[in-house]
Amino acid sequence: MRLYFKYLGIQLRCQMQHKGSFFLNMIGQALTSLTTFLGVYFMFLRFHTVAGFTFEEVLLCFATVLLCFSAAECFGRGFDAFSRMLGNGQFDRILVRPRNEALQVLGTNVDFTRLGRFLEALAVFAYAIPKCGVAWTWDKAATLLMMLVCGTAVFIGLFVVYASLCFFTTEGLEFINIFTDGGREFGRYPFSVYGGRVLKFFTFVVPLALFQYYPFLYLLGRAQHWWYCLLPPISLLFLIPCRFLWKLGVRHFRSTGS
Amino acid sequence: MKKYLSVFRIRFIHSFQYRAAALAGVATQFAWGFMEILAFRAFYASDPAAFPMEFHELVSYIWLQQAFLAVTALWFFDADIFEAISSGGVAYELARPMNLYFMWFAKNCGTRLSRALLRCVPVLAVAFALPKPWGVSLPPDFMTFVCFLISMALAFFVVVALVMLVYVITLRSISPLGPRYFLGAISELLAGATIPLPFFPDKLRAIVELLPFASGQNAPLRIYSGNLAGAEMAQAMLMQLFWAIALTAGGMLWLRASEKKLVVQGG
Repeated sequence: MRLYFKYLGIQLRCQMQHKGSFFLNMIGQALTSLTTFLGVYFMFLRFHTVAGFTFEEVLLCFATVLLCFSAAECFGRGFDAFSRMLGNGQFDRILVRPRNEALQVLGTNVDFTRLGRFLEALAVFAYAIPKCGVAWTWDKAATLLMMLVCGTAVFIGLFVVYASLCFFTTEGLEFINIFTDGGREFGRYPFSVYGGRVLKFFTFVVPLALFQYYPFLYLLGRAQHWWYCLLPPISLLFLIPCRFLWKLGVRHFRSTGS
Repeated sequence: MKKYLSVFRIRFIHSFQYRAAALAGVATQFAWGFMEILAFRAFYASDPAAFPMEFHELVSYIWLQQAFLAVTALWFFDADIFEAISSGGVAYELARPMNLYFMWFAKNCGTRLSRALLRCVPVLAVAFALPKPWGVSLPPDFMTFVCFLISMALAFFVVVALVMLVYVITLRSISPLGPRYFLGAISELLAGATIPLPFFPDKLRAIVELLPFASGQNAPLRIYSGNLAGAEMAQAMLMQLFWAIALTAGGMLWLRASEKKLVVQGG
């Protein structure tokens, strides 16, 4: 853990060397999600509700997913850009060092510009939290916090899956984008909006709904069962197969040779 | 003319190599389109009267958008050109007896068109086979289809001309990030990629439709399903023609002016 913080410090200082391009990059990141936000806003100007959710409620959902995604992208960047690491032989170097390889992959690639979206998500939260009509008690605040932490973990898990598949294909597979970028884009609405089958998929296969939809219902006081607020930690079970796949990938690894 | 055609052909064949990647891309686009349609469906269910298009028009819009993504996406750049600008390789290109603008233009067209061909056939095939409310419907009549093709070609020129402006800006300023982000983000919204333009608030929409971005995917995709017809359609197509000519001419002149000022550093 100490090593990881040391890595973080180095990365931060390193990226602060080019402040101009750093902040421009950051603003760019925020802009891309701003269009998604405007899209949602325009839709609600016209329709007012979707599947029983109001604009402010949807914003809460939107901000949750955006925050989780951007945090995961910032700290899990190593896995996201892993195909490059495999291709240029950087991973070979990591393997010869007597430290955990996942830790090194995470530590050597931290992209703080991704926090542009993070700040944007915070701004949306600042607007939505007082306006969404939730009576904030300590249990609800704790639920929201759990949603954010577990959501970040699940997105990082997805990046790990993506990286693990690179061991077998060398190139990145675009398909996984449906769950990472797609999770961010489609997570702007509660997953129930997409119908029962999609909701089931995102509950049992890729557990995005476990930190987005169910505890969100609990926050709004519309949950059928009180234990919906305990579902976010269950989504962490998803990390077990991710870890397994990663181990399998590392064992299967053959250097590209450069 | 012949040399630009061969630049086009080289790019076209080059991008045609990545067929496996294209297949994975098709799967992604298919899932993406489906989720988009489901989201709009939920809005439709909550208030059908407020829905500004027919539902089948929207479905066709989304599928065609996915199928022709490589033609109309404004965030899709040729990395080689940025590379050539920042590494100084552009000096070699200037030494050739070719017009730089046309050469880059042809390059972009080649890459985009081969990508689009690889991807649109499978996406469209599945989208046509889907049952009634979910699949692409045929255009209302043959004339509409012809107009759609013309409008798509115009949209292609407008989009490539817009992207060319980013290369020119990059040539002047070295750092491509600012204009790239702007064009990549805000223009996607203004082009109708995030949500179709009819979903915009009316006053804003009236302004947005005059901008060059609306002459991209917005026009052909709405013409196809009959959402834009008659005088409105003619107006939209004239707008496209105007922007295609204006943007190309503007970009060309601007590039020529920049070429004169260009300083190649060291070497």
